[in-house]
Amino acid sequence: METIKNYFFMDMSVMLGRSMRHVFRSMDTIITVTIMPIAMMLLFVYVLGGAIQTGTDNYVNYLLPGILLIAVANSVGYVSFRLFTDVQRGIFERFNSMPVARSAALWGHVLTSLVSNAISVVVIIIVALIMGFRSSAGVFSWLAVAGILAMFTLALTWIAAIAGLSAKTVDGASAIAYPIHFLPLISSAFVPTKTMPPAVRAFAENQPLTSIVEAIRALLSNQPVGSEIWVALAWCVGIMLMACGLAMRVYKKQG
Amino acid sequence: MQNNAIQVIGLQKSYRQLHVLKGVDFEVEKGSIFALLGPNGSGKTTIVKILTTLLKQDSGHVTVNGFNVVSKPDNVRRSISLTGQFAAVDEVLTGRENLVMIARLWHLSNPRQVADDLLRRLGLTDAADRRASTYSGGMRRRLDIAMSLVGKSPLIFLDEPTTGLDPEARIEVWKIVKELAGNGTTVFLTTQYLEEAEQLADKIAILHEGRIIVSGTLAELKKLFPPAKVEYIEKQPTLEEIFLAIVGKKEK
Repeated sequence: METIKNYFFMDMSVMLGRSMRHVFRSMDTIITVTIMPIAMMLLFVYVLGGAIQTGTDNYVNYLLPGILLIAVANSVGYVSFRLFTDVQRGIFERFNSMPVARSAALWGHVLTSLVSNAISVVVIIIVALIMGFRSSAGVFSWLAVAGILAMFTLALTWIAAIAGLSAKTVDGASAIAYPIHFLPLISSAFVPTKTMPPAVRAFAENQPLTSIVEAIRALLSNQPVGSEIWVALAWCVGIMLMACGLAMRVYKKQG
Repeated sequence: MQNNAIQVIGLQKSYRQLHVLKGVDFEVEKGSIFALLGPNGSGKTTIVKILTTLLKQDSGHVTVNGFNVVSKPDNVRRSISLTGQFAAVDEVLTGRENLVMIARLWHLSNPRQVADDLLRRLGLTDAADRRASTYSGGMRRRLDIAMSLVGKSPLIFLDEPTTGLDPEARIEVWKIVKELAGNGTTVFLTTQYLEEAEQLADKIAILHEGRIIVSGTLAELKKLFPPAKVEYIEKQPTLEEIFLAIVGKKEK
């Protein structure tokens, strides 16, 4: 038992290396999590942006937080797909019949999601800088943004893990992605909520994505964040803990 | 007792209302090839999963290499390897990467060397740097078995290793299994092919309706039936023999 515990991080790094290869060898994944959000950013800034009134003169600044969340949201369908294949192909069974730390395989997937999203977020920010994104935020604000994005990624990743571990078909495993894709569209990610009809506006203003977008936007433009950041964190941490607990239970039941 | 790699006494397991194992008893001698025969759905895989600590039994006493599967699962895992029913290889990775990954998980000091040796041993050197998704069924199975040999476990489980393979690939797998046993590895094999058990096993057990109904060596099993009558019939080559004769010639 002792020796197995000591090897946990070693085993997890093997698992991380393995599924990072899965990410980099899947053109489909790279397109969906990095190129698609960039294409959307180009579309919104250069095609639709001129007609959108956000009350700021720099629409890229307004748009970037939402684009980052979309990139993360797009990626979680793949997390659940990768987990599903591991369960179906008997790869988890192979690992679990070996002297490998029990949860290393699962944590490997979660860590992969964090690392690959960090990479795509950085790439998207670089493109945004080229497109005219400017931020006066200091180091601490940037760290706070990184923290919120990491929490958001973990929350969605654990939800995807539940789907991937318990799905009976590939379609079922990937279906989790659709509602998550939709959330950013009905929030303040692209346009202010002011112009929406009351019912849609009520939903948009009270769903987690809006508070997360607003918090990141405030941090990046060096404005007072107010209560938004706490609402955003509460959403992320709450969802993350609940989904993580549930995913762990599903995982242990199987093994 | 110590001569047994596996000891199973009164093993029971149910899935909800379905009583799959109703009191299974058998033992596997160290260094032997043991074949568990039974039709689909008879519970062969359930037994393999319990023996390899993937599933907990409802009742019964199971020891593997002297360790109780319930109280000492980590010791059991360190002393076995499992080749499951479906070739559990990572299709996105190459053959070599698959083996290196498993060697790292066994915490071996020279994963690349171990991978190279196994690739050579199982005739996969030429395909080593191709993704496993491009492999044929037989190659995939060989890679799968190679991954089970990484840990040099004294006991190997092969759950239906030749199901879905063509005759040639099947004979290759048989050769590997015989080599393993020749080197002193204990092999626990499940199969639905009688011929496979006949070819390979030192001891055969037949699982039927949740119990082992007969077990013993092939000679012992044959004794259970009335003595053979001597009849003269013309021996026609089987289609398999014809196929292998033609294909074999082409390859050489």
